[in-house]
Amino acid sequence: MAHIKVEEGVPGIRSLVLFRPETGKHLYELAQVLLRDASPLTAAERELIATHVSARNHCIFCMSSHAAAARELFEEKREVVDCVIENKDTALLSDKMKALLTIAGKVQQSGKLVTDEDIAEARKHGAEDRDIHDTVLIAAAFSMFNRYVDGLASLTPTDPKEYEPMGKRLATLGYVLPQQQKTNGTH
Amino acid sequence: MAHINLPEGLPGIRGPMAFRPETTKPLNELAEVLLRSENSLSRGDRELIATYISYLNDCFFCQNAHGGIAQHYLECDMSFIDDVKHDKDNAKISPKLKALLTIAASVQRGGKHVTTEQVAKAKLLGATDLEIHDTVLIAAAFCMFNRYVDGLNTWAPQDRMFYINRAKDRAEEGYANYDPHH
Repeated sequence: MAHIKVEEGVPGIRSLVLFRPETGKHLYELAQVLLRDASPLTAAERELIATHVSARNHCIFCMSSHAAAARELFEEKREVVDCVIENKDTALLSDKMKALLTIAGKVQQSGKLVTDEDIAEARKHGAEDRDIHDTVLIAAAFSMFNRYVDGLASLTPTDPKEYEPMGKRLATLGYVLPQQQKTNGTH
Repeated sequence: MAHINLPEGLPGIRGPMAFRPETTKPLNELAEVLLRSENSLSRGDRELIATYISYLNDCFFCQNAHGGIAQHYLECDMSFIDDVKHDKDNAKISPKLKALLTIAASVQRGGKHVTTEQVAKAKLLGATDLEIHDTVLIAAAFCMFNRYVDGLNTWAPQDRMFYINRAKDRAEEGYANYDPHH
């Protein structure tokens, strides 16, 4: 059960932003700009960074929902998502993405762990300032989202199938603030 | 030197905020609601939570910038802020704020570290659901801000007086719509 009184049956961050839409709307806007607006990284690559950080933080809700979104966006290359979650080396991942995921993994532990060598390695494989900026901020933002979701013990569905429609929604509609249900409809 | 090319001379988070205004907008609006808008937790207490988390994350810029602002609101000196950082349980703050800082410290280590007992204790001391929510989100948000500032290796003035001297202006300026070049 969640640590505070949120709407029953609503999973993860959705229950929290319904509880406090004043902060929720800025959190969703941040996710939309970071993960969907123009960037040298594709939406699929950015969802992969979010998945990687959430997996390292053991946040099952965030990991599963962003993995589902990443699988939708990677289409026939969707296998890459499970390789990243399981830390398996794969040819589906470019050297640039490998270097950026290393940086994201450091940020997940502490910003101070990112070294000049980590940055040089990413640049060697074509990463520019915006790639590095977005990687660091996505990793930092998921260090927040994961703590928000688990710190309030929000509802985490355990059936992987429940995340598939979330992934489809995130892949097609992006980050749209959930609205309070006036009737007893489904969420 | 910062890991990416940032506008020169801007301390801490102001560099990356000037670099990418599109993400700056929701980041600052979030900070404004969490730290400054109407709330049963005072602005001083909320800045103190932000300072404490930034201290636990060893983020020099954030702990001094927000420590300075907390000191301004609480009308105390920096040694009081240092007492809270180093030994909150013996600091001169309310039992309720101590309980909220305990929850915040758990969030800093990882969301799953927050226990039902910690939350029950805070509620027993008068904390509302909204106050617990905001404490968790302030702590989580500073785990983001600290990583953003340090993950890009931004520049921070080392003299603590720099932060104390500008605290009043920063407090009045607020977080929404400020000019990072300022």
